Amino acid sequence: MSEQVMAATPHAVLAADGTPLKQRLQKTLRRRKLIAAGLVLPLGVFVFVTFLFPIFLMLFRSVDNPIIHENMPQTVAILEQWDGKGVPEEAAYAALVRDMVEARKNKTIGRVATRMNFEMSGVRSLITSSARKAKKMQPPFKDALIKANPIWGERDIWVTFKRLGNEYTATQYLAAVDMRYDSDNNIVQQDEDRQIYVTIFGRTLWISLAVTLLCLVLGYPVAYLLATLPAKYSNLLMIMVLLPFWTSLLVRTTSWIVLLQTNGVINELLVWLHVVADEDRLQMMYNQTGTVIAMTHILLPFMILPLFSVMKTIPPSYMRAALSLGANPVRAFVKVYAPQTVPGIGAGSLLVFILSVGYYITPALVGGRTGQMISNFIAFHMQKSLNWGLAAALGGLLLVGVMVLYWAYTKIVGVDNMKLG
Amino acid sequence: MSDSNDPLVRFQEVQKSYDGETLVVKNLNLDVARGEFLTMLGPSGSGKTTCLMMLAGFEPATHGEITLDGKSINDVAPHKRGIGMVFQNYALFPHMTVFENLAFPLQVRGMNKAEMETKVKRALDMVQLGDFGNRRPAQLSGGQQQRVAVARALVFDPELVLMDEPLGALDKQLREQMQYEIKHIHESLGVTVVYVTHDQSEALTMSSRVAVFNDGVIQQIAPPDELYEQPENAFVAQFIGENNKLEGIIKEKNGSGCVVEIPGGGVVSALDVNAGNVGERSSLSLRPERVEINPEDGKYPNIFNGKVEELIYLGDHIRTRINVCGRDDFIIKVPNASGLTQLVEGSPVKIGWALEDCRALDA
Ligand SMILES: Nc1ncnc2c1ncn2[C@@H]1O[C@H](COP(=O)(O)OP(=O)(O)OP(=O)(O)O)[C@@H](O)[C@H]1O
Ligand SMILES: [Mg+2]
Repeated sequence: MSEQVMAATPHAVLAADGTPLKQRLQKTLRRRKLIAAGLVLPLGVFVFVTFLFPIFLMLFRSVDNPIIHENMPQTVAILEQWDGKGVPEEAAYAALVRDMVEARKNKTIGRVATRMNFEMSGVRSLITSSARKAKKMQPPFKDALIKANPIWGERDIWVTFKRLGNEYTATQYLAAVDMRYDSDNNIVQQDEDRQIYVTIFGRTLWISLAVTLLCLVLGYPVAYLLATLPAKYSNLLMIMVLLPFWTSLLVRTTSWIVLLQTNGVINELLVWLHVVADEDRLQMMYNQTGTVIAMTHILLPFMILPLFSVMKTIPPSYMRAALSLGANPVRAFVKVYAPQTVPGIGAGSLLVFILSVGYYITPALVGGRTGQMISNFIAFHMQKSLNWGLAAALGGLLLVGVMVLYWAYTKIVGVDNMKLG
Repeated sequence: MSDSNDPLVRFQEVQKSYDGETLVVKNLNLDVARGEFLTMLGPSGSGKTTCLMMLAGFEPATHGEITLDGKSINDVAPHKRGIGMVFQNYALFPHMTVFENLAFPLQVRGMNKAEMETKVKRALDMVQLGDFGNRRPAQLSGGQQQRVAVARALVFDPELVLMDEPLGALDKQLREQMQYEIKHIHESLGVTVVYVTHDQSEALTMSSRVAVFNDGVIQQIAPPDELYEQPENAFVAQFIGENNKLEGIIKEKNGSGCVVEIPGGGVVSALDVNAGNVGERSSLSLRPERVEINPEDGKYPNIFNGKVEELIYLGDHIRTRINVCGRDDFIIKVPNASGLTQLVEGSPVKIGWALEDCRALDA
């Protein structure tokens, strides 16, 4: 239609005063656009400073690798020339000793040792002890170092040193998917006993899917009742749905512990009713079951509310029309009502899934060993092992995963079809 | 369709209450004949939709019995009643195409594909939408959606079709066109239609009979002309068409006529339709077009002198407000024909009307 108009009028349409209409229109719209921009500016700045910028920093940290590069500059410079065969020349050993003396003086040798230790476990104390002795060492430094610790005579530690000397590295991402560089700088699987993250990612995915599905199954009928009951009852029901929001997350999670633990309310009741024997009480807490149950409970409102908001807009006359046309209630529901709730199902599922993929507190409290999710490991590396690079890489992978999922969702359902509230 | 003379639908002493306190439908007795176009007409909240919902099975009757084709349907589920229905908001399934919407009632009846296609095609042609099968309801105009809704309610050949204010959302011109089309479809298919509206002109143009509802009670049920010309009570007289209402005390009753004294407005002779006893109050109903200007003396028993208050030009006629019989809202319609007296605002005027045109009703 508009194309036809365009084709029919090859010259720009003019306003009454002779300026092109487009230009005039833009002029009148500009003020409005400026006001709109002004209104979102504070939030934009806030989001950038407190959200986008930290995320960017975090992602940068996952590839950033400054420690060796900055604290062992002479060794790194010399190792750049090294061909990686056998062990390096005396010059490299000499540079290492000078760097270690310097690093010890600056109190940075600990960080260097820790960084090396992430790649070659067990070398931490060895490096610090060598550094302690470095000041007194006499040339030839090669012999002196090897005498201090024979590991300096092995090729592996030098290859690792050279690799970590790069300013940027993919090591963290490899580690996040249970891969590593071997001594020939090939990418290989991590040793079997050190492979954890792929399993954890898989478990996170599985728990999130289970929680999403459970929320949908449990939430759909409630949302339906909310949307169809008379206001008197639906208001009460709505309050019950929202009640968990007004209770602290911690309180809710701990009350699940009270209910579900081995000596908890449910087990006591089952034993008392002789449903289970005293010695084989159900393990519902400190494992995946506990995580799934508690997370389903906590995330349920995020499924119910989008579903409700979609169902609220479906007039009852659709179901009535289907019935009057001869469809039995089940068929009418499946063929006429349910398809119209698809945008709500999509929005609710996406919301719950994304929230559960990154969930932290609940698995931390009730997950035990087998119910831990990826965010618990991110937190571990942030707070305990202080391997921020690996934490950032794990977080980065999670972010990419969620974004891919969201992209796929908008391709399939369409973002315009999504109803969040 | 059976050719027996039994009514197709019968409401017997049906009552309905939603809250257990007030009766929304009070003791409804109504027969709908086969092939009839019956309209339920009444002000908002008078219980029309409720009656339709009870017939369709979406609301249970609190008391009484509804029979369809001689069988009680009180306990029959809505989807087993086989009644077609057109809703006010059309209720076309938004996720299906027009074709799928029409095929839906045939699919649930397990019809084979070829037969289904011919039936849908025929129904779409009937409402002149043969080429619109692949569109979604959202891609149709209001009038087209309306037609699809009508076609869908008819495609599975129901004996009875219910329509609840189906034209309420359309503009005036389209509404008039659709009134004609629905009436035409009704005549050509011979289907029985129960139609709900609160637009009286719609009711008068389309129906074989009109049931006027007020406050849960049928006030009068009659063909349109009878309803307009012979209203049986003050509500119907007032609700259908324009009406001059004069209120007074009954002075005298003589066979089919009676004499009513209007306080401060003289004495009027009227037809006794359902006036009370002498001494009681009665309201007289008089259609504006039945009043004559400057009648010859002695032509009518009712001749009064009044004053022209206001003239409103309406093209084909001039609506004239007159102060007469102690009221200043007495309306007459003066045809805009050549050779008729030109009235002037503020001037005196003599008017008169026949006894039969003035109906004495309940107060
Ligand atoms: N589901 C319901 N619950 C309670 N009261 C209702 C319900 N539906 C209708 N009512 C009441 O019953 C009365 C009759 O309603 P109904 O819908 O039958 O009127 P109607 O004649 O169709 O009016 P309208 O012309 O406005 O559609 C009204 O007073 C209304 O408030
Ligand atoms: Mg109604």
